[in-house]
Amino acid sequence: MCGIVGLHLRNPELYPRLGELLTSMLCEMEERGADSAGVAVYGDPTWSPPGTVTVSVLEADQTAEDLISAVSEHLGTRVSVKQAGATQLVSAPIDVELLKQAILDVAPGCLIAGFGQDLAVLKGVGHPRDLAAEFGLRGAQGWQGVGHTRMATESAVTPGGCHPYAVGDGQCLVHNGSFSNHATLRRELQRKGVQFDSQNDTEVGARFIAEQMRQGSTVEAAVHSLSEEFDGFYTLLVSNRDSFAVVRDAIACKPAVIAETDGWVAMASEYRALTDLPGIDSARLYEPEPNKIYAWSRKEVSPA
Amino acid sequence: MNTLTDNTTFDLESSSLREVNRALHAPGVSGAKTILHPRGAHALAAGVNAELQITIEGHVGYYAAGMNQQAAITIAGNAGVGVAENMMSGSVRVSGNASQSAGATAHGGLLVIEGDAAARCGISMKGVDIVVGGSVGHMSAFMAQAGRLVVRGDAGEALGDSIYETRIYVRGSVTSLGADCTSKEMRPEHHQELAELLASAGYPEDDTSAYTRYGSARQLYHFTVDNADSY
Repeated sequence: MCGIVGLHLRNPELYPRLGELLTSMLCEMEERGADSAGVAVYGDPTWSPPGTVTVSVLEADQTAEDLISAVSEHLGTRVSVKQAGATQLVSAPIDVELLKQAILDVAPGCLIAGFGQDLAVLKGVGHPRDLAAEFGLRGAQGWQGVGHTRMATESAVTPGGCHPYAVGDGQCLVHNGSFSNHATLRRELQRKGVQFDSQNDTEVGARFIAEQMRQGSTVEAAVHSLSEEFDGFYTLLVSNRDSFAVVRDAIACKPAVIAETDGWVAMASEYRALTDLPGIDSARLYEPEPNKIYAWSRKEVSPA
Repeated sequence: MNTLTDNTTFDLESSSLREVNRALHAPGVSGAKTILHPRGAHALAAGVNAELQITIEGHVGYYAAGMNQQAAITIAGNAGVGVAENMMSGSVRVSGNASQSAGATAHGGLLVIEGDAAARCGISMKGVDIVVGGSVGHMSAFMAQAGRLVVRGDAGEALGDSIYETRIYVRGSVTSLGADCTSKEMRPEHHQELAELLASAGYPEDDTSAYTRYGSARQLYHFTVDNADSY
């Protein structure tokens, strides 16, 4: 099963309400998956302060204070850490790869849940409603958010098995469905040097897309390659710092609905996740067609 | 107010889904029932077995009006997966679009979707009549066994794949036909049957000669020994 939701705000007056709207969407999808949940929020000034890059960390086995000291000392630059549920958001005004490596050096074995400018990825094992409260999601701000409620099928119920998978700079993937040839494709990626955090099928899709984009593909081209290589069922929501894309497999047995107004674009596994959005009664509602990529991008992204 | 026999309005903002469905299932229930604020709820007005007139004001979730017997159910909005699945009798009308598997396995009654229906409309239909005002998605009437499917717009890929019986009428284009589905001649009885279906669905002005009939080529009914080498 699993539930996915995404909200891409067009009207800046709604940015302060992103967390509130995303919480409602996520909690409405709790019946589709209640063993784990996660969100990615783009543009919250507390979680990902402007002018910094942020790395989302799980299972570091250190308090926020200890992590600040250890990473700051290792880098010779002061970093900040925000705790949101079990996730620690480490921010600093430096190169994101340097920050990521420093965290891995001081907390070996930790899980990097996401990294990039303006991006915070929060996820964990537990009931979506409890997790949203632990994250403090309702108070978050920003221009874009995605969420996932998990009913595990392809890998264990662990933080590493939770969505979103945010394995490329500023990128994020949530998936409803299952890939059946993920073990084969994981081995092929591993032979190219790609490292994995879990046995999860979606992680393979996320790393495949990240690898394609690292080689210069657009989101559309990367998702198209995925549709040619991966067997299985999927509705995917692929987000980036400035974009938001939805695609369903050719059989399209996994649900999806899209709603658009002048103020926002939203997608969800089911319509009921959208019912609290402002202006939903007059939104343009449609079901995305199979094998067709729907993409939106932000016009006014601040320069990286 | 007597919710059993009076005309009644339920509001899902103040009543639970269970309460509303239970009221619709009560022995001896009759009259007209209106349901407000469905907000995409699942299985709304499913399992009704009474001559009710039910109007749902808004979009519904999965399996709305499923297993319907006798009731005339109108959904003023869009419907999620499996609207009117396994309907036995009565009617269901959707004023907007329907998601996949509309009318799946339904045995009887009339399902009208004024907008488009997504993939697998009428999958395994067993006697229901379905009239779609717009277009239908891929694999519609997959393994259809009995009943009639009318599409006033276009049909997607693999229409009528592995069809047993069922007469399909399409006015627009068909992206592709599924295995063992073929176009057939419109004889006078088909024009008459189609005109009756269109009239009962509220489209009496349609010209039946603009439609093409599709049905089973009946080549999959028996094993062909020439194919033995394939197994």
